[in-house]
Amino acid sequence: MKPSGHAVLQVSSAPAVPEVVRTPCRFRNAIGKYRLRRSSACVACGKCAEVCPYGVHEKKIHKMATPKHYLCVGFSCNKCVEACPENALSLDENPVTKVIGDRRWTPDLLISTWYMAETGLVPPGDIEYKIGDSGGGFDRLEFNFLKEPSRDLDMDRFSTKLRLNRLGDGRHDIEIGLPVYGGGMSYGSISLCTMVARARAWQAWNSFTCTGEGGFPEALYPYDDHVITQVATGLFGVREETIQRVRIVEFKYAQGAKPGLGGHLLGDKVTPEVAKMREAVPGSSLFSPFPFHSVYSVEDHKKHIDWIKEMNPKALVSVKVSTPTDVDMVAVGSYYAGAHIIHLDGSYGGTGAAPEIAKKNIAMPIEYAIVKVHNFLKEEGVRDKITVIASGGVRTAYDVAKAIALGANGVVVGTSEMVALDCIRCKNCESGRGCTRGIATTDPELSELMNVDWAAQRLINLFAAWRLQFIEILDRLGMTDIRELVGRTDCLRHLDYEAAKAVA
Amino acid sequence: MCPGQIITKTINPEYDAMGDEYWTPDIISRQWYQAETGSIPVSGAGYPGPFSGPGFDDMWTDMSEIVRPTRDGIHGREYISTMVSLGRKRQSLVFDEKGRVVVDPLREVEIPIPMIFGTLPLGSLSLDVYLAMAGAAAELETLIEIPVEVWDKAFEAHAGYIVPVLPVEQIKTHDYLIDHAPAVEILDAEGSDEILRGLRADYPDAVLMVKTALGGRCPQRVETLSEIGVDVIHVYADRNGNVKDQDKTWFVKDAVRKVHNHLVDRGIRDRVTLIASGGIAMAEHVAKAIICGADAVAVDIPLLLALECRMCLRCTKGLSCPVEIETVHPRWGKTRIMNFIAAWRNQILEVLGAMGLREVRRLRGEVGRAMFFEDLEAQTFGKLFGKRLAESSQRVSE
Repeated sequence: MKPSGHAVLQVSSAPAVPEVVRTPCRFRNAIGKYRLRRSSACVACGKCAEVCPYGVHEKKIHKMATPKHYLCVGFSCNKCVEACPENALSLDENPVTKVIGDRRWTPDLLISTWYMAETGLVPPGDIEYKIGDSGGGFDRLEFNFLKEPSRDLDMDRFSTKLRLNRLGDGRHDIEIGLPVYGGGMSYGSISLCTMVARARAWQAWNSFTCTGEGGFPEALYPYDDHVITQVATGLFGVREETIQRVRIVEFKYAQGAKPGLGGHLLGDKVTPEVAKMREAVPGSSLFSPFPFHSVYSVEDHKKHIDWIKEMNPKALVSVKVSTPTDVDMVAVGSYYAGAHIIHLDGSYGGTGAAPEIAKKNIAMPIEYAIVKVHNFLKEEGVRDKITVIASGGVRTAYDVAKAIALGANGVVVGTSEMVALDCIRCKNCESGRGCTRGIATTDPELSELMNVDWAAQRLINLFAAWRLQFIEILDRLGMTDIRELVGRTDCLRHLDYEAAKAVA
Repeated sequence: MCPGQIITKTINPEYDAMGDEYWTPDIISRQWYQAETGSIPVSGAGYPGPFSGPGFDDMWTDMSEIVRPTRDGIHGREYISTMVSLGRKRQSLVFDEKGRVVVDPLREVEIPIPMIFGTLPLGSLSLDVYLAMAGAAAELETLIEIPVEVWDKAFEAHAGYIVPVLPVEQIKTHDYLIDHAPAVEILDAEGSDEILRGLRADYPDAVLMVKTALGGRCPQRVETLSEIGVDVIHVYADRNGNVKDQDKTWFVKDAVRKVHNHLVDRGIRDRVTLIASGGIAMAEHVAKAIICGADAVAVDIPLLLALECRMCLRCTKGLSCPVEIETVHPRWGKTRIMNFIAAWRNQILEVLGAMGLREVRRLRGEVGRAMFFEDLEAQTFGKLFGKRLAESSQRVSE
């Protein structure tokens, strides 16, 4: 057991940027946007390998290796096809892209995220890595950049750090290396391997992962200082000791994917280990109640925050809520109740399991809620006293930057992490043996499809690529610190509005 | 994992070809799932669809967070009522000189779900199909509208739940139905007011329903029908929820909202029950139609989908049904329909619980528990970026 309470930490110096190590897909056939076909006319002359700048082709002793299709950038390059003396190569779009992805996570976004997780770099070619195809919100917002991207940026000139305690109340003064941390995913919704890998990656980025509502597995103990433990309506796995382990405690009132409903963990995923952690019965579905049955007013809410603060005198308290029409009032209420962080989870957020009617219909998308809350906190004169964190449909580095420009201080991500671990977004996470990639599963056999080292490095790489994009965005907006971007809606335009048309 | 990379998954072209732009393959296949299992569709990962869309997709329902009452409706942990009453309400009581109430309550039909089964706009229909649907309606204790011309003695077992539907000019020849059916639905037509007044006078206790088209004149027409004393007014759009009105096309929810608001403005909303139909394809549509002002909805095409209809529309051209719906076994069909209704009801409970409502009757017209795309855009991006481009607005409303 770890003794309760920590010393107040000093704000760390410039965050170390973790090392990027190339970490390819763990499956034999990584999925790419394009597919090369090599006919029997190939004489293995190796010309294609010579001209390809992306490492798609490899010449072996007597033959060419199977092309690494997923590295191919397509028709914008086409060098190998043109250089082949035997006309043995042809290029087309990979038909698999018609089956994977959806309007929010398009095939391009999946593929680009996989690329970033492998390389730590922005994908070359025409693979879209900034927006999806939802037709609204982030996907219709663009930055009003002042200049073209610069070459050879001095990265050290830029800061992507975010301080989380704006109350100055003597509690932990926490500064995270990126304006991003990991969202709550419980032991049960994801594998232990996934949990530990997330913790390790966020530790490397000097940021946080979150336990979700499923207890605090011992395997996370080495990462205590980078773990947010969640107190949600089911109180699964919540103990005094878990609250005292950490630097941030999160009260989860609601989740964007199923606002107004409690957490869902279907019976197939409730293994004996998960059940033990949650003090429940193996195989029995666990539906958390809604709401906290001890919170029916702001006063009750304050009572709970006080309870956490009393139990862990140094911890910051985050309040995670969804986005109802009065989300601005909820945010102000949370501030007056003593919260350090108000975490808004928009209606298009991720989940391990949710009724589809809830995912689609309940509460407002995060893009609206950020603006509403930011403005109301400003009007109330308390905007500088609370950290606003947004989540729920934040998929890319550009989404992060847009959320900040709309008024958030930082964001929480989840699905992007899963995609970095090779999730194909088949949406079967609710099922015990549904996750064919071994990420959102508690099945012992499927869990073995991944190991912690590989997974942690993929996450580190993804956020390294995101950091590059944050810096490029800042540079193009004439800024050097991500904090300058907060609430700068003047840096944005919406393509469905006349102002954007005028700019165009 | 295939070393030769010779296996490729593709979308079944037959799946893609199902339905139309409104009755999408996704809606159809989800309906099949619910009819088979009776379960709410639950899945992992976030919502995969567009930001917003036309019709019912340009609104979101609200939820309660901390500072409002909430209900924990899931799995019946807290009771949420989905019962609605169909009929007129008295606007006032009358007392005698001794202070005794001298008027009886008007007759109402109570149903445990805010859904009746509407007349079917298409389908390869047979007696067995109707028996499956009527059997389900009876079991669920709701009502089913059946055109009088398809009446069969076999329906008698479920007669207490069958609402005969007939043109106004036929009511005189079928007036015996009024005494035997829980309600009678009359198709509205020009010049029907006198007949309806006569019926009201002759059958003061009967539940009279009138089915009238939504559109620009509908609010006034509903007011008139209410004055005549019609108990239930069934307002309808086409099967895709569209209401064509001169040069304009509205969507059912917007047209219902107009009717509801008109009745509220006139102070007569509680005099009548409004049932809406057309384009009700998913459980969320029931809740949204009620938020827009309906007391209940009439479900039609989803009944056929429950029987494995693919919305190929061959039946509308007189061609054979590829799944031979007409041959369904009534018991099998009844179970499938009850399953999907159970799944829909549970989903309605989910959204009611999230909104903190303890009964569906309180949802009627509660636009305060909903958020509309147009409003949110105006309040958020409109303030930041000025006027929304006309073509963008059109794209959403289409």
